[in-house]
Amino acid sequence: MNKAAIIGVAQTKYERRKKDQIFADMVFDVTRAALDDAGLVLDDIDSVVTVSNDFFDGRTISGMSVGDASGGQDKNISTVSGDGTFGAFYGLMRVLSGYQATIVVAHYKGSESDVKITTNGMFDPIFHRLLGIEMISAAALQANAYMNRYGIGEEAFAEVSVKNHGNAQNNPFAQLPMKITVKDVMKSRKIAEPLKLLDCGPISDGAAAIVIADEKIAARGKKKPVWIKGVAHCCEDYFLGDRDLASPVALREAAMKAYAMAGIKTPLKEIDVAEVLEPYSYMEPLWLEGLGFCEPGEGGTLIGKGITTMDGKLPVNASGGALSSNPILVAGLARLIEAVLQVRGEAGARQVKKVNTALAHGFNGACGQSHCVWIVGGKK
Amino acid sequence: MTEWLKEVEPLTLKGQIAVPYAWWVGDVGSRFLVALRDEQKILGSKCGKCGKVYVPPRKNCGRCFVDIDEWVEVASEGTIEAYTIVHYSYAVQPVKPPFAYALIRLDGADVGFLHLIKKDLGKIRNGLRVKAVFRKKRVGQVLDIDSFELIEPLRRT
Amino acid sequence: MGRRVAIVGTGQTYHKSHRPDVTSKEMIYEAVTAALADAELAIRDIDAIVIGNMDHFESINYVDAYSVEGSGAFMKPIMKVTTGGTTGTTVAIAAYYHVASGLFDRVMAIGFEKNSESDTTGAIITCSDAIWDRFSYSGAIPSLATEATAYMEKYGATQEDAALIGERDRNHALNNPYAHLQKPLTVADIMGSPMLAYPIKLGDICPRSDGACACIMAADGIAQKLTRKPAWFKAASVRHTYTWFGDSTDYNKGLVSLQRASKEAYDQAGITNPVEEIDVAELYLPYTWAGLKWIEDIGFCGPGKAARFVGDRNTHMGGKLPINPSGGVISTNCIGATALLRVAEAAIQIMGKGGKRQVPDVKNALATGFGGCFWSDVVILSSERPA
Repeated sequence: MNKAAIIGVAQTKYERRKKDQIFADMVFDVTRAALDDAGLVLDDIDSVVTVSNDFFDGRTISGMSVGDASGGQDKNISTVSGDGTFGAFYGLMRVLSGYQATIVVAHYKGSESDVKITTNGMFDPIFHRLLGIEMISAAALQANAYMNRYGIGEEAFAEVSVKNHGNAQNNPFAQLPMKITVKDVMKSRKIAEPLKLLDCGPISDGAAAIVIADEKIAARGKKKPVWIKGVAHCCEDYFLGDRDLASPVALREAAMKAYAMAGIKTPLKEIDVAEVLEPYSYMEPLWLEGLGFCEPGEGGTLIGKGITTMDGKLPVNASGGALSSNPILVAGLARLIEAVLQVRGEAGARQVKKVNTALAHGFNGACGQSHCVWIVGGKK
Repeated sequence: MTEWLKEVEPLTLKGQIAVPYAWWVGDVGSRFLVALRDEQKILGSKCGKCGKVYVPPRKNCGRCFVDIDEWVEVASEGTIEAYTIVHYSYAVQPVKPPFAYALIRLDGADVGFLHLIKKDLGKIRNGLRVKAVFRKKRVGQVLDIDSFELIEPLRRT
Repeated sequence: MGRRVAIVGTGQTYHKSHRPDVTSKEMIYEAVTAALADAELAIRDIDAIVIGNMDHFESINYVDAYSVEGSGAFMKPIMKVTTGGTTGTTVAIAAYYHVASGLFDRVMAIGFEKNSESDTTGAIITCSDAIWDRFSYSGAIPSLATEATAYMEKYGATQEDAALIGERDRNHALNNPYAHLQKPLTVADIMGSPMLAYPIKLGDICPRSDGACACIMAADGIAQKLTRKPAWFKAASVRHTYTWFGDSTDYNKGLVSLQRASKEAYDQAGITNPVEEIDVAELYLPYTWAGLKWIEDIGFCGPGKAARFVGDRNTHMGGKLPINPSGGVISTNCIGATALLRVAEAAIQIMGKGGKRQVPDVKNALATGFGGCFWSDVVILSSERPA
């Protein structure tokens, strides 16, 4: 793969409701900020990828609402409908195809739609939608399958919520920085067993943008370029019943491909920090297994062993993750942005020491049907 | 520029999109739903190449990527592979919470079947046996199966 | 830009007003298996998939995830790209970048729509901003009607001039076994059809169709091994100009996005005289007036000259620059697939697989996509591998 780097990033503060901003306002803010961060002007950008979803926005051709605000007017602009990590992937392919700099910008307003109805819309209209299944109850099924396979207790998931909300205290963009205990999580209101309120990410509004550039433009950038070392995505079956929900095979495949591209053989050793998309607490250990950071079934022990805590061998979600701020679609791009900030050394109070290589992850579909894995690093 | 923004009262426009939909069930789905309605039978289809029995039935195998022609009847009984008890309500749910969703491996099928369990929620465990309860009035949709019920005596497989 | 890429196979369904026998997923499978057969490939040969439709027509969220069984995406990378009417060309162009980037060698682009499953206007209306545009914008037809009246007033074109476009495309469709509408329509038929929004009559506009299309793109070095005459990408240009319908109302400027996209495409392809150098064009014309106005915007003739250019039968089969040998959008409109069908039909012409609709000796073929807020995409394919 030719060299390409992320040279500009920006995110809004994530909030329950941005009542004085429409999609275009949020997008304009982060587009402009990402350009500033890159030290570029709009004329330097020759390609734009927006990320949005027609259901979530309540708008057919949802990309249309942000065409101007994303800098896409009269440019080669397209819209990826899916997690920001996939949009960023498309942006990368454009740069690799010859564009010099692509802006990728994602937006979402949970405050403006009903996530149960819109995610019920993910399910098969003939066989499943009438049952009322949506994103949360589907996740709960996966949590149950995972627990049942390996005998993991709810407390192990609660630890993730405690860690990530705690980490969010160091992140000025986070919506829910909280100092909580495992007991707090266990006592929180039951949503869909085994998930309780504090096992679930919040409803959020927000936007985020990155600038991906070729080598030449990266050299002109204001900050240290963060090089893209490996990236891949992979999708498994659609019907929940067709899948082994306790075994994230698509993630495993995407991770293997990304590691191979990046020349990584022992992920736990070679990756310094990871940002994984975990809008539900059980997802963090499950995805860490799929990413090969531990054996299947061991994901729930990583916090207790001090591996994925801030002072551990592989801090996970130093930003607080999606449990702390969960604008769907944007949240994956935010993971990538956090990885970039870590490599740059710009993560402030949430900075992990000596980060050379960082991993970022996002997914599409119920229970993580399709996963995208990014490896970025400071060395060219 | 931003000074005057502070004086502005942010308004909200409430709206709802109401677009009617009528999804074609397709030949394969229709045969499945008609069997629910008319015969209280649950049908699956079997891939000639890998032998996998899919419920609900499929027109092609997504793994082998070949057409599927063989129909099989699967049992109305099966084993709970995963479940969750739901405690919140919203418009689309067919029943008021608490109720459960379950992935059920029907006898004879190679994949899980997603449906509801409404009774004995406190007794539900992974591995227990359940059986389908059909509605008296059936119209040719997936809720012609009202729900699944635990089979007494409760035993795991 | 990047690696050279060619289309090596296409597939499509037999487009119909209703396909009650299949779900979206099953319909996609038909187009995908047809494309694989055309390219003589198996699904395992495909490295990545790009898919698109317009969500609100089928009301299926995350259609990429939904489609897996039919799109063949099991354990493969799949992503969804969607941009309204331009979706089909946007998907083709995204697939092109997948290959040009060097990351994937054989990529499938899929576009589909089951317009019979929803109320098309109800679903389209939501593309307009809820606060500023939606109350006055009642679907696709009125904005196109205002564009048509502006053109008629400026150049004195008549309703009959536009109707000839409809007659042409509907006749062309008779050569295309896949086209939805297979009955000829004359200028008189169109003139006698009910008025919808002046001057647009029922016979002037496209139908709603259920259909799917798939194209397989392959990299330089691989494409040549897969097919005798790959259809090489010489240009791929996107101009999605406006966000607000109110901004796009200086109709005297023409379809600005198409002017700019075609200019960039001609530059990329090294074409200086489109009418001489392009052998066939598959244009996204959702209604007849587009066939007059937009061929001026694309540089096939001067401003106000389109009625004469078409009237002289330059764009009919056998003419200097046949337009829409497939029957075009006026004969088939499964929206998410429609723009991809333009690319596929252009590729079919280059590959020599057009059967009764084949134009002889095709070297360069041009395809366009249209949609959204007067957006345009332009793709130029060629039998000649780019230098």
